[in-house]
Amino acid sequence: MSEKALRQVAEKFPEAVLHGYSQHGDETLVIKREALVDVLQYCHDDPGLQLKLPASLTCVDYIDEKPRFELVYTLYSVTLKHRLRIKVRVGEEDPEVPTSIGIYRGMDYWERYCWDMYGIRFTGREDMRRLWLYEEFEGHPLRKDYPLRGRQGLIPERDVRDIFRGPGPGPGSVPASRAATPRPSQLPVIK
Amino acid sequence: MSSDFSMITTRRDEAEGFFQRMVSRGLGWARKNSLFQYPFVTACCGMEFMTISGARYDIARFGAEFPRFSPRQADLLMVVGTVNLKQAPILKRVYDQMAEPKWVVAFGVCASSGGFYDNYAVLQGIDRIIPVDVYIPGCPPRPEQVLDGLILLQEKIASQSHPLVDHGAPPELTAASGRQDLLAGGSR
Repeated sequence: MSEKALRQVAEKFPEAVLHGYSQHGDETLVIKREALVDVLQYCHDDPGLQLKLPASLTCVDYIDEKPRFELVYTLYSVTLKHRLRIKVRVGEEDPEVPTSIGIYRGMDYWERYCWDMYGIRFTGREDMRRLWLYEEFEGHPLRKDYPLRGRQGLIPERDVRDIFRGPGPGPGSVPASRAATPRPSQLPVIK
Repeated sequence: MSSDFSMITTRRDEAEGFFQRMVSRGLGWARKNSLFQYPFVTACCGMEFMTISGARYDIARFGAEFPRFSPRQADLLMVVGTVNLKQAPILKRVYDQMAEPKWVVAFGVCASSGGFYDNYAVLQGIDRIIPVDVYIPGCPPRPEQVLDGLILLQEKIASQSHPLVDHGAPPELTAASGRQDLLAGGSR
C-alpha cells in the first residue's frame, strides 16, 4: 500500500531506521528513540507524505525482552490515503520518550494514556496527568507485571460474603484483605 | 408496641396493632405505586433501561416512570450498568443523599457482581458499598426480567410495616418499670 512512503522515510533517515517491514498490508518502521521527533516532523511536513492525522499511539509490553516497551505511532494521510506505522523501543529503566504534541496536537491524550496505563514518561511537555484512572492509583495497570485483580478502592467496602472468582493473583478475592487493600507501595519489597 | 410483654396483650395493644396493620398496608400500597426513581446509568444496560421506560414495556404501569434527577427527591435508586472504582464514591454519595425510605435495584450483572469485568478497575458488585434490595441478572436483562424485579420490589415495599407513633428509643426494662407499664395499661 504505502511502500513508497516507507522507502522515502528510510532513505531520508538511513542511520535512524533500524528495521522496516510490511505485514498484513501495513508498513512499519522501527526507529531509534533519538530520531523520533525528527522523523515525525518529516512525516508531517513533507508534501510527498502528508501524514497529518495521528491515528493512535499505544504501547506494547514485551515483558521478557530488552528493551521492554514498544511505542507504536500510527499515522495516516487523509489527502493521500496512506498509512505508516512507526515503532520505538523503550527500556524499562528509563521509559522516557520526547513528546510529539508540538507536531501533532492530537497526541496529547494518547501520551497521557500511555503514561496512565504503561508508565511511559513523555519529556518536554506539561500536564502529564493520568487520563482515566484516579490520582490515588499506584502503578500502571496494563503492564504485564501488574496483578490482574490489583484493585485499589477509594472508599471502604461493606463486609459481604464473597463468591469464588476463579484463579488469579492480586488482592480483592479474599474478604479479610478487602477491608484494607494495601497499595503496591505498602507491600513488602521482595528483592 | 409492648414487645417486652408479648404474652400479655391488652385491648389497647390489639387496637394499636390493628391500626398499625391498616396504616402499614395503606402506606405500602401508596409507596409501591409511586416509586420516584433515580436512574444511575453508567453503561450499556442503559439501552435496556430506555426500552422498559418506553411505550412497549412501560414501567409507568407500575408507577415507576417518573425519574427525578435529584437524589433528594427519589425513592428508588436504579444502578444501571458497570460501576468502576472511580465511580464508587459518587454512587455512595448519591445513595447517602437520598431521603428515607429508599430502595436500591442492581440492574444487570455488572451492577450485581461486576459481571465479566473481573479486573483492576471495576467494583465487584454495588452491594460492596451500598445495600441492595433487588438484583436483576442479565447482560443486559430482558425487559420482562426488569418488570419481574420491579414487582418483587413492590411486594417487598407492600409488606413492610410502619410504626404508628414514633415512641423514640424504648425505655430500659427493669422490673419496676415493667410493672408500671402493665399497671398503666401500656401507656408508653
